Amino acid sequence: MRSTRRYAALLSVAVVAMVLAGCSKGSGSANGVDWSTMTSAAQGGGMSKLIAAAKAEGTLNVIALPPTWANYGNIIKTFSQKYGIKVNSANPNGSSQDEVDAVKQQAGTKAAPDVLDVGQSVALANTALMAPYKVATWSNIPDSQKESTGLWYEDYGGFMAIGYDSAKFGTITAVSDLMDPKFKNAVALNGNPTQANAALNGVMMVNLAQGGSLDDISKGVDFFHQLKQAGNFVPVQATSATVKAGTTPVVIDWDYLNATHGSDVSTWKVFVPDNAVLGGYYNQAINKQAPHPAAARLWEEYLYSQAANGGQNLWLVGGARPVEQQAMTSNGSINQVAAAKLPTVSGTPVFMSGEQSTNASTYLASNWAKAIS
Amino acid sequence: MATQGIAAEPARPAGRAGRRSFAWVGTLPFFAYVGLLLILPTAIVVWGGISNGHGLDLGNLKILWDANVRTSFLHSVELSSITALVGAVLGAILAYAVASGNPDGLIRRTFLAGGGVLAQFGGVTLAFAFTAAIGPTSGFLFHASWFYKFPIGIGLIYIYFQVPLMLLVFLPAIVGMKREWREATESLGGSTWDYWRLVGGRLLLPAFLGATLLLFANALAAYATIQAWENQIPYVVPQMISNSITSEVGLASTNAAQALALGMVVLVAIVMTLYVLLQRRTSRWLQ
Repeated sequence: MRSTRRYAALLSVAVVAMVLAGCSKGSGSANGVDWSTMTSAAQGGGMSKLIAAAKAEGTLNVIALPPTWANYGNIIKTFSQKYGIKVNSANPNGSSQDEVDAVKQQAGTKAAPDVLDVGQSVALANTALMAPYKVATWSNIPDSQKESTGLWYEDYGGFMAIGYDSAKFGTITAVSDLMDPKFKNAVALNGNPTQANAALNGVMMVNLAQGGSLDDISKGVDFFHQLKQAGNFVPVQATSATVKAGTTPVVIDWDYLNATHGSDVSTWKVFVPDNAVLGGYYNQAINKQAPHPAAARLWEEYLYSQAANGGQNLWLVGGARPVEQQAMTSNGSINQVAAAKLPTVSGTPVFMSGEQSTNASTYLASNWAKAIS
Repeated sequence: MATQGIAAEPARPAGRAGRRSFAWVGTLPFFAYVGLLLILPTAIVVWGGISNGHGLDLGNLKILWDANVRTSFLHSVELSSITALVGAVLGAILAYAVASGNPDGLIRRTFLAGGGVLAQFGGVTLAFAFTAAIGPTSGFLFHASWFYKFPIGIGLIYIYFQVPLMLLVFLPAIVGMKREWREATESLGGSTWDYWRLVGGRLLLPAFLGATLLLFANALAAYATIQAWENQIPYVVPQMISNSITSEVGLASTNAAQALALGMVVLVAIVMTLYVLLQRRTSRWLQ
């Protein structure tokens, strides 16, 4: 809480973890197969062998998976029940960077995260920490959405959207509507764009709507400057608590996260501007030094399973678009009720490249605080 | 205290006096605890601030001269000073009022219990309570347009835990004032003003300043409260540190965070040295 000792405590926990490291190296060699080096289930003898090895390990460490984020609460519960594997969910509200820090600081301990769910720039910067692995449905992931050797692969995503309480504001049809005086102290981002991926994409979406390009985010920053001048910007991180309390009645965030506020505010609407359809996907990866290498690989198989109760459809139920959606629509395995509930998107979706995202964050680092102070 | 230990010396049984004492063993858990959770982490932070993973590198410290970083240190000192002074004055008046009542009375006990609870009330809960009460959109008392202005908005929130903390740390000093001092002043013809100016004020001043420094350090280290109040501008150093650690858009730098933390350690060390000096002076009178 309010103490410098918080940081001290964090650091010392890491130290204690390092001290304990010596006595806890996972073996990962049930059935004589060393799953930590297997790059597919088939290579290790098939799914049944993988399941048996994962059950023998008995535990899976996940990190930074909020239960209300893309249906992760349910996904973890279903996996745990299906395979009888205990899932330790660490730091559910952590950032992608927190995940990578935990992998480094807890390296070699039983507490280290087995699997990661990280944003694009963090994934690209940390491939040295990842073990290559290809799930059974690998060919259903579009080529542009995976690393060719299987170090990382996109998992689910959505589009940047404006969520709002329609009882208070009527209907929003364009980003520029937000300058209206009726939005005084109303508009919030999901975090600080110099820190959080979702917030950076929020500024980028506004930037596109204002005529900016993926290569230059300055028009988006200018818009937030005007929004701040008009008194319409709330400098609070939007969460379900702030939406419920009415502190942030307008939220710029991924459509699948925005949609969850509907359970607290029944008049909540989600709108994707058709001149700024900005998509973004998160990425899965396995920790190279995962303490439970078989469970980590089984988790990925489960997340990319197209079964009715598999990860792809469960993400869809949570309002996120699974990476294999197109293939599942063709082969008929998709949950059609959930698919029909997704916010409608018209216009051509665009995605930021790693370089564009880096340029945007560099610009934000020197201009964001100035623009909104 | 050290003096008590010395005073207790002659009372030892004569038979054990010559033997080597193993009493220090009892302090091991304490020193192990402090070493592991305070000294070691501090050392790691200091080393991280002046190294680069390969060896000594003072380049990290350059960040302390960056304009944004300097502003955040100034903001930290500004916010901490204002809330410490306001909290100290209000808390001292409250402590005086409480001290003048019945020592075993309901009021004293209620205020002490309440102070104990409220001095620890901080973080997300406190910030959220204020936002819900007087936030510009959702406030149910009134809609404060200045709520997100620095330092007034966050200062008001900090004072909420500073005043009760002052009550707790300053009350013993006031209670320790002897009635005889006042009577002596009066019997020598001194007025109330003379008493406060020449006796009471001088006795209480070190305790007051010491408590103010404690409040200053308390506000300086606060993080969760201000982060929940707003997180778009890193006004104070702990927010800058947090940004340097958690950025998931490629702006994270552990060494920068440690250099910033080193700056905080130096600042706190200065404050705490002043505090110890004042404390030494205070304890001479109030035993």
